[in-house]
Amino acid sequence: MSVIATPARQSTGGISARTVNRIVVYGLLALFALFYLMPLFVMLVTSFKTMDEIQNGNMLALPQAPTFEPWLKAWGETCVGLTCAGIKGYFWNSIKMVVPAVLISTLLGAINGYVLTKWRFRGHTVVFGLMLFACFIPFQSVLLPMATILGSLGRFGVTLRNATGFSFGLGNPTVNLVFVHVVYGLGFTTLFFRNYYEAFPTELVKAAQVDGASFFQIFRRIMLPNSMPIFVVTVIYQFTNIWNDFLFASAYAGTGDAMPMTVALNNVVNTSTGVVEYNVNMAAAMIAALPTLLVYVVAGRYFVRGLMAGAVKG
Amino acid sequence: MTTVATQIKLTPEHNARPRASVRSRLQDALPKIVLAPSFAITIVFVYGFILWTVYLSFTNSKTFPSYAISGPRAYQRLWRWTFESDPPSSWYTSITNMGIFGFLYIFICLALGLFLAILLDQKIRGEGMLRPIYLYPMALSFIVTGVAWKWFLDPGLGLEQTLHQWGWTSFHFDWIKNKDFVIYTVVIAGVWQASGFIMAMFLAGLRGIDGEIMKAAQIDGATTFQLYRRIVIPLLRPVFLSAFIVLAHLAIKSYDLVVALTSGGPGGSAWLPSNFMYEYTFKRNEMAVGSASAVIMLMTITAIIVPYLYSELRERPR
Repeated sequence: MSVIATPARQSTGGISARTVNRIVVYGLLALFALFYLMPLFVMLVTSFKTMDEIQNGNMLALPQAPTFEPWLKAWGETCVGLTCAGIKGYFWNSIKMVVPAVLISTLLGAINGYVLTKWRFRGHTVVFGLMLFACFIPFQSVLLPMATILGSLGRFGVTLRNATGFSFGLGNPTVNLVFVHVVYGLGFTTLFFRNYYEAFPTELVKAAQVDGASFFQIFRRIMLPNSMPIFVVTVIYQFTNIWNDFLFASAYAGTGDAMPMTVALNNVVNTSTGVVEYNVNMAAAMIAALPTLLVYVVAGRYFVRGLMAGAVKG
Repeated sequence: MTTVATQIKLTPEHNARPRASVRSRLQDALPKIVLAPSFAITIVFVYGFILWTVYLSFTNSKTFPSYAISGPRAYQRLWRWTFESDPPSSWYTSITNMGIFGFLYIFICLALGLFLAILLDQKIRGEGMLRPIYLYPMALSFIVTGVAWKWFLDPGLGLEQTLHQWGWTSFHFDWIKNKDFVIYTVVIAGVWQASGFIMAMFLAGLRGIDGEIMKAAQIDGATTFQLYRRIVIPLLRPVFLSAFIVLAHLAIKSYDLVVALTSGGPGGSAWLPSNFMYEYTFKRNEMAVGSASAVIMLMTITAIIVPYLYSELRERPR
């Protein structure tokens, strides 16, 4: 749609209205680009400055003597609550939580989407509707019961460990968070795969059935090999969501060594003891943002598509 | 759904072997067996837990859950607090903030998103570079967004200080420390984070519009403004709806942004109902009140989402 091609009705002498128009459009676009880039830019330059330079210099100025010190300090030395060993441990906590949660929820979503489109049964819309609604609930409405259940499981885990020497992951905050994210991510992953498989030719499935292929054979041989794009979309979506989660993380692993990155970052920034080291805070924030930013840079196309799929429903 | 009937007959064994063996009956039930765990999980951990929360909201739970029903006392307290504006109760602050934040966040995101999408749709050179710039904030967590904007809006360090250094010494911008204005800083950061994504939704919508309609309108002598006002924007109605749904549920769920950006604001002046719920449940030992506020949040979202999902799932037999 090239709309601006409307005839320039009042072309005034030298510069045509069209040119003015273009200048205005590009000017506005550039202005907004600045608006979106500014906070990231400030965060980035600040993380490479010394404290001295921050206090006496300009926020927007490039670092005069770029130093990597704040990054190293954020990674290995800064205080999160009372422990001062940097955020590296929490970074790994997040990884340990995100990887299984993403894999499990994505696989379950794939098989759910397959059943809900290719093996429909009476009431499949209701089942899907109920799972879909779960995507939208404010998690505050399940927060407390989940905390109670996780607490009981934790106590049961202690009993188990006393009896058998092994707690089977019960009571482990990371395991808990994986479980929580799988449970509350299922709606989204099922939605993604359902919408994708909806457009997948049912004839192929029928033909395979006639040839005697079983339920799982069809899934493995026909659906999965053709699901690469939606796998990428779902994995990216889940990864971003789970990595960025704060509510569950602070409710179920808000203290102690198992804190995920987001909670640790919030603690670093809001610690009020001693001098606030802004450069270290900014470096920590950058480290927390890097994985999702990286995914966005590498696979931005899929990232957007995932968000859209999540937005534009069943 | 017309497909249901045809697909059941699909399984060839059905007709070939009248007496179904255990094995083949298992085969028939397999899809449901596979789906069952996910469905059961949803029923228990979503709907069961919601009922549990509703139940708790009718008890007298304080620090620990108590299971003796004690009537709608929590709701009565919330109702009373709803009108306690001077000095404002935490609940009053939370819901007025929700109104301000919800309205501005949704409205500005829609307006800005549409505006940017229209600008980007003018055959822009470098669109491929601009789009990711508008969109990347969506990849950041609310915590990182909050940390970045907290710094940027801090009167002593950020924007104000910078403009002072540039000579504009009368410039004053301390909203983030001002209890009456702190919620607007949450709006700014929220809009910054989500508007690019709304732009992408509108842009996809614009690209889907049939070029012929546009040409016809132009031939009829419509100005650019008329073209958008009368043709394009009405055609984008479905996108408006989807974008509204996304923004509305993001707005009601917003929690982390307030925590990271304002730490709740001076005296809790930046609280949203989600923060209210968290504080009352986990910090102020008023579990019943916290649960009641969660139920109210849920009902608000339900009122928006259920009609939407219903219409989406019902139509289009495909």
